[in-house]
Parts: sequence; structure tokens; C-alpha cells
Amino acid sequence: MPAPLAVPAALALAFLVLPLVGLLVRAPWDTVPQRLVAPEVLAALRLSLVAATLATVVCLVLGVPLAWLLARVEFPGRRVVRALITVPLVLPPVVGGLALLLLLGRRGLIGQWLYTWFDITIPFTTTAVVIAEAFVAMPFLVIAVEGALRGIDNRYEEAAATLGANRWTTFRRVTLPLVAPGIAAGAVLCWARALGEFGATITFAGNFPGRTQTMPLSVYLLLETDPPAAIVLSLVLLAVSVGILVALRDKWIGSPA
Amino acid sequence: MSPANRAHPDPRTADPAAPDLGLRAHLVVERPAFRLDIALTVAPGEVVALLGPNGAGKTTALRALAGLTPPTGGRIDLAGTCLDDAGRTFVPPERRDVGVVFQDYLLFPHLTALENVAFGPRCRGASRTHARAIASDWLARVGLADLAGRRPRHLSGGQAQRVALARALALRPALLLLDEPLAALDARTRLETRAELHRHLADHPGATLVVTHDPLDAFVLADRLVILEHGRVVQEGDAAAVTARPRTDYVARLVGLNLYRGRGGGHTVTLPTGMVLTTADTVHGDAFVAFPPTAVALHPDPPQGSPRNTWSATVTGIARHGDHVRVQLVGGPGEASADITPTAAATLRLAPGQTIWAAVKATETRAYPAG
Repeated sequence: MPAPLAVPAALALAFLVLPLVGLLVRAPWDTVPQRLVAPEVLAALRLSLVAATLATVVCLVLGVPLAWLLARVEFPGRRVVRALITVPLVLPPVVGGLALLLLLGRRGLIGQWLYTWFDITIPFTTTAVVIAEAFVAMPFLVIAVEGALRGIDNRYEEAAATLGANRWTTFRRVTLPLVAPGIAAGAVLCWARALGEFGATITFAGNFPGRTQTMPLSVYLLLETDPPAAIVLSLVLLAVSVGILVALRDKWIGSPA
Repeated sequence: MSPANRAHPDPRTADPAAPDLGLRAHLVVERPAFRLDIALTVAPGEVVALLGPNGAGKTTALRALAGLTPPTGGRIDLAGTCLDDAGRTFVPPERRDVGVVFQDYLLFPHLTALENVAFGPRCRGASRTHARAIASDWLARVGLADLAGRRPRHLSGGQAQRVALARALALRPALLLLDEPLAALDARTRLETRAELHRHLADHPGATLVVTHDPLDAFVLADRLVILEHGRVVQEGDAAAVTARPRTDYVARLVGLNLYRGRGGGHTVTLPTGMVLTTADTVHGDAFVAFPPTAVALHPDPPQGSPRNTWSATVTGIARHGDHVRVQLVGGPGEASADITPTAAATLRLAPGQTIWAAVKATETRAYPAG
């Protein structure tokens, strides 16, 4: 192997892996069990799991139809819509959080009406956490599902039509089962992204323990006060990430059963 | 969906001149560099084969009838209902009384054979139990009762074809469309399936249209052939009529005849190449002359004897064809095929580029008007 390639390649590998090794080496292994069950850690863990799961549900309910629209319906401006969807992917999450605040805050474009008419305040609530996570994670789901939809033979849908199925029945009984592996993969990615969300959450939802303080926020805060606890929480997030990689190992494009 | 959603005769849209049952269609589909423009009628219980080379527009016609490709013009009437009227009326596929067997079957991979067949009845409003009962009945009819619980990927090609047929027939469609129903099968399965398919199509009370490029499928399955080339109908009729009097080179090749067009003058036909063929039949004006390759005799020297059409030809190809040798010739009337015995081929020491004499007896030709 030529050195000009081998050396940078080895450096890159070390660069990606060594920080994780650092995390593992410096972990306070003897106190990990006690720290994991500490009330504030459990609260952050619980909130993170609940919020990421709810955000994934929101993304599924809204994102799958959007993916279907993009993959199956010709409409003017479809390319523009597809480009808009990818914006949250590349947008700094802090900017996303700020944008959500300007839309849904008490004096925001929609938020002011929610506040005046229904006395609803969204920012700095668990709802805000879910919204922030969904905003950041939805593109992952939409892109994965749209890809899956384009990958299946749309003549199955034509066959369903000739058997008397309208578009909704066709979607429910043919399209959805055929893209189920793609939806599952997209949902896992979406969930992982939501679980790790930091910037949009801290901007839009704040950092209130038990209410809006998710694990990444907790890690950041504990780093000031209790570094070993921060490492333990980081280990949990690392374990989840590795778990997802293993789960998705060969499910990026699955075939229907 | 309820059964009421099925296409039923509607006095406002029904053409008073249309037959009460069966299919009557004038299909026009225009695309860049392609135009399909054909008239088709299929009576209830009749099986019509739409036969043509690849790219002739057969599948386009089938998709237009099913409502999957909206036609750009024309009109489709089925069982007294107008399904399509040049954009003024368009009944979507799910509300047409049309069943389709697709070339690669398109059985839903996530459903069992039984669920695939029950899909149609379920969409048309049958209860779950009733739909499954209908499906069981149809699977039994195609001889697959014991495979009801199998997924499509665990079915052989022939079995999948029968499930697809059962799925289309379970709705008892007024029009059944089959797209190359045997093309995906290997030769042996094709033989068995063809005979079985023939039985089911003959039993089907609705109109049936089989799209195929295989003349044998067309001859076995259909009561009538409609031959399509370049988006137009070039010939129609039953198998006997088509094989006796082909009207295009494609049809002539399908049925294995040499075919020429020229001007008849009694017992002769003058071809554009200048050759005058003597025929047993009497024809006047624009006319076809056809003769089988087995009627062409080859000689090393100009043959003697009168009642023969003879010409000097160049050999362009030699190939084994069944138990004889097929020789491709050019010259005289144009291109011609001659079938001779291997012994004759050996005696003539045939080689491409060689000049040889060909002869056809007038009594072996058929001449008929082209107009």
C-alpha cells in the first residue's frame, strides 16, 4: 500500500475512533451502575426516550404521506419542495430552534394566536422538545421513505387499481407493506437523530430538568458540575448509536417478507 | 368501495349504437414518434388475440383499455358503459369492470396466494369471509387449493401464472386482458399452461383480449386474431384465414410463407422487381402471391419444364430448421426462403454468395387480392 494513502487513512481512522476510546477509558466504570439510576439521569433518560419516540411518531404520521406525495404525484414545484425538505438537514440546529421560536413563540407568527385564543404556550415545554426534534429529524425519514417508494415497482399499485382498489386502499394494502422495511429504516434513523438533538432543543425548549432537559443537554450541563456523570450519559448515547448501527446493518434496503 | 362503484350501464353515457355487452373500442394513443390508432371489438365469451411484433403498440392498447394509460382520443365502450370518450369521460381503472393478468403477474409479494385472489373481491365490497371463500373457490378451479397459504416467491412460474389468472377472474370482469400470459414461462411449463389457460378462457363468459407476440399462443388461445403493426391493425380474422392469406411480411413470417405483392393479370402477377409469377389462382389488380418455403426447389442449372416459376438467386443464408435446411435467397421476386432436405443441400454444396436456380410450381402458389 502506498504511504501517501496509508498514512492519512490510518490517521483518519484514529481520528474517528480514538475519541470514543477516550470516552471508554475515562468512564468511571466502578460507579456506572449507581450513576445510571440517579434520579436526574433517569429523568433525562426517560424524557429523551419519550420525546424522541413521540417525535418519530410525528415524523411518521406527517412524513410518510409527504414522501408518498414526492414519489408518486407529479405537481409543479416538486423539486422546490424536495429542496426545502432538505434544508433542516444542513441548517445549524440552533438556527432551526430560533426559527421555531419565531414561529411558535408567544409572540411568534402562529404562537401569538395560540396564546391569545387558546392560552397555549409552546416554547420551554416538553411539546417544544418534541417539535424541535421532529423538525430536525423529519428530513431523514422523508428522504429514506421516498427512496424506498421509488425503489418499489409502481406497477404493483397499477395491479391493485385494476382489482378495484382506490388510491387510499392501494396505499394501505399494497404500497405501505412493500415499503415497510424502508419506513422502518427511516424511522430508526429519525429516532436516532431526535435522540441526539441539542441545538434546536436548547434554543426552542430551554433546559429545564425533567421537562425539557434531554440527555444531550444533560451531558453538556453535567460537564460543568459533574464530569463523570456526563461521561456515563455519553456512554448510554454511544451504546444506543452502536445498537442502531447493528440493527440497520443490512436493512438499508430490505425486501418485503 | 361497494359493488355499486363498479361500472354499470349509465343511460346518459351509453352509446345507443353500442352493443349491450362486450367491448367496442377505438383506441388512439399519441406519443412522440408513435401513434396507436386501432378499432377493436370483442363479443362476450369471445377470445381475441392482439398479435404483433415488439413495439407495435400491443401493451399500450392493453393499458389504455385498463385505464392505466389514458388514451388521447377515440372511445371505449364496455358492456354498454362508456369507459373513455376522448377526455370527456374517463372511468379510472379501479372502477372499470376489467381484469388484467400482467406479463410478470405482479402478485403482491407480501400476501399469500389466497389473499392475492381475495384482494379484488375485498376491494369491491365483499366481506373478509366472503372474499376468502371466493378466492378459495378460484384457487380450486385453477388447481391450486393446496397452495393457498403460500407467498408468491414460493410459487413456481406456472403456479404464479394460475394465481394471477384466478385473481383477475375472481371479479368476473366483463373484459379480461392478458399481457403475454405465457412469455415468462419455460418451454415445458408453457405447453401445459397454454392448454389449461385455453380451457379457462373458453369458460370465461366475458370478453377476453390476449396480447402476445407468439403466433402459437394466439392460434391456440384465440377465436380471432387482430394483427397489429406500427400502431395499426394490418389484418384480422380467424387462424385459418390469417394463415391462408397473410397480408404483410410480418404475418407471412409468422405463418411461415413467402409473400409478394404485385399486379395481377389473370394467371400472372407482375412484381415490382419485374418478375412475373405464374399462379394457379386468377387475380386482377393489386394482389398478393404466397407460397411456402417447402414449395421452392433449388437446382444447380436452369430447370427445364414449363409450369414453373424459375429465377436465378443468390444464397444469403443457410440454417438448420427442424429436420430440413432453410436457405435464404435473394433475386427474382425478392427475398425468399426455401426449405430443402439435408441430402439436397449436400448435393448442391450450398454456400453463401453462391448463385443457384430456384423454382416454384404455379399450383403451389396462392394469389389473392390485396385491396
